[in-house]
Amino acid sequence: MTDNTILKIDGVSKRFSKDLDIAERIGRKLGAKIAPVTVHAVDGVSLDIRRGEVLGLVGESGCGKSTLGRMVAGLSTPSEGRIVYNGQDVAGLKGAAARDAALKIQMIFQDPMSSLNPRMRVRDIVGEAPRIHGIVERNEMASYVEDILNQVGLDPSMGKRYPHQFSGGQRARVGIARALAVRPDFLVCDESVAALDVSIQAQVLNLFVKLRQDFDLTYLFVSHDLGVVEHISDRIAVMYLGRIVELGEAEDLIARPNHPYSQALVSEIPTFETGKKSYHAIKGEIPSPMNPPKGCHFHPRCPHAHDRCRVEVPALKQVAPGRLSACHLNDRAA
Amino acid sequence: MTTLLDVRNLQTHFFTRDGVAKAVDGVSFTLEKGQILGLVGESGSGKSVTGFSILGLVDPPGRVVGGQILFDGADLVSGGEGAMRHLRGKRIAMIFQDPMMTLNPVLRIDTQMVETVRAHEKVSHAEALKRARDALVQVGISSPDERLQSYPHQFSGGMRQRVAIAIALLHKPDLIIADEPTTALDVTIQAQILSEVQNLCAKSGTALIWITHDLAVVSGLADRLAVMYAGRIIEEGPTAEIIASPRHPYTRGLIDSVPQGKRHGAMLTQIKGMTPSLLKLPQGCKFAPRCPRAEQDCQVEPLLEPAGADRKLRCHHPHSEAAAKVSAS
Repeated sequence: MTDNTILKIDGVSKRFSKDLDIAERIGRKLGAKIAPVTVHAVDGVSLDIRRGEVLGLVGESGCGKSTLGRMVAGLSTPSEGRIVYNGQDVAGLKGAAARDAALKIQMIFQDPMSSLNPRMRVRDIVGEAPRIHGIVERNEMASYVEDILNQVGLDPSMGKRYPHQFSGGQRARVGIARALAVRPDFLVCDESVAALDVSIQAQVLNLFVKLRQDFDLTYLFVSHDLGVVEHISDRIAVMYLGRIVELGEAEDLIARPNHPYSQALVSEIPTFETGKKSYHAIKGEIPSPMNPPKGCHFHPRCPHAHDRCRVEVPALKQVAPGRLSACHLNDRAA
Repeated sequence: MTTLLDVRNLQTHFFTRDGVAKAVDGVSFTLEKGQILGLVGESGSGKSVTGFSILGLVDPPGRVVGGQILFDGADLVSGGEGAMRHLRGKRIAMIFQDPMMTLNPVLRIDTQMVETVRAHEKVSHAEALKRARDALVQVGISSPDERLQSYPHQFSGGMRQRVAIAIALLHKPDLIIADEPTTALDVTIQAQILSEVQNLCAKSGTALIWITHDLAVVSGLADRLAVMYAGRIIEEGPTAEIIASPRHPYTRGLIDSVPQGKRHGAMLTQIKGMTPSLLKLPQGCKFAPRCPRAEQDCQVEPLLEPAGADRKLRCHHPHSEAAAKVSAS
């Protein structure tokens, strides 16, 4: 089991705090009770990602899923906890080893327009990283870039164009090509298909499935769209306000969600049910992470909340083989 | 049932430097009182421009160049801006995709709502405020008195969209045009908004045009669907029939493109290629270059013709009704 783990997220937290401005610092000196505002974006998350699997990470906006993705990709450092890649703590690596680990984990962003340099030609965007890291010889560069563009379904002759000359779906492909150019093992896809039309979204999802087979990739697929995540993932982790509330095999979790929040999310996947569907919305909205509710974060919106939920944080426990859930109701049933 | 809106052969073109983009090219449909129509299509299909045309919101270089929009019997196209002002916000309201676009960021919610009420009716400030409050309650905003005193940036995305809907409801309009109002929202919030809109329409008898790119969202909401491609309606009919047996290859492709979990991890059936540029539309059927069923005669553009009791279809080689049903199940 352990040698099968490519990436281990071990008790990772991320806090963002806003420093006091000068007026607040003076106020504090004078005895006013002003504390720096701290946001717990990610709160003690542990996950094992197995080699070759697709782990879907779902949750509403503001639940910390993108922050977790960015930490895995090395774009921000955890406030607490470790990210272990291939058995090595990423933060402890130095020099060439750190660089290699960073190259092996690549990220694909939501909005390709804001993550591609508008003044660079696509062949330079794709070719820049492999050139700098010496992955490909200079004289082989042109054919290498062409090869990658082919892999993601772009015509190599498009390499001389600029990002604005592409449609949304093609730009998404350029973003994927850039990530693949450094021969990664692991891709973090942050809402990579959210901005696309359904027909284009289907094309890009198919591309992800194909690339996974061609390059033996492992994905962390971050999305708010449970329908998409269910389609592509082997396992799904559901996040709520910085914590993982449920983790399980994709089909099983969708068919029998355990946590009340997962149940609510699953029931709201838009489907082709016709006739007047009645929508049973979860009440309220995701609370502010600056001031999260005590105990179980979900209790103010939960239809089954009882006293214990208001005081005690439920632990993420195994409720069935391969299925973890963080809900006090499971103790009651047992 | 009486007809509320009758759009006949609407043509809205954009006169750009590179040529004329026919964003809406001969769209016709009717809407009964209290009916919900889902207008579905991908970016650039002309669905939003159709909505904007009805409200007279098409800006230059765009212009409605032909056709009629009969609202309660009166033509909105020839009626002019003055007549439009009386209807807009009063009898026809619009909800936009981004509520930040509809709400003025420097005015408090109460100012904006009172302004809307008093633009069309001579009522006292107190009376207008009471109505604004009632409208907020109607869309499920708790502590409305407090919320009226807030600025738009103090609301979350879902709340802002509720305020936008409340403003649309202020005058109890006969028709609401909703342009992708839930696209930017989370699924849980989307479900809340959908359920509220559904209730409000059922209660007040308001007709609704729901513009979206996501067939799955409207399938549970709309009475009828109209699918648009390249400025044209290509299939139209009752929602249940279209979802159960899509006959146009494009509608079929759209439905197959949505991950439904049935074929977990497998390849999705995809529509090849991408939407054509409106400046360089192909001859004949606009979908033919992407269509798996295209044949020689698709070089001639098909007409939108009745297909079955209550459906219309624009295709030379549609899926037969029976065959479509079998594979869909």
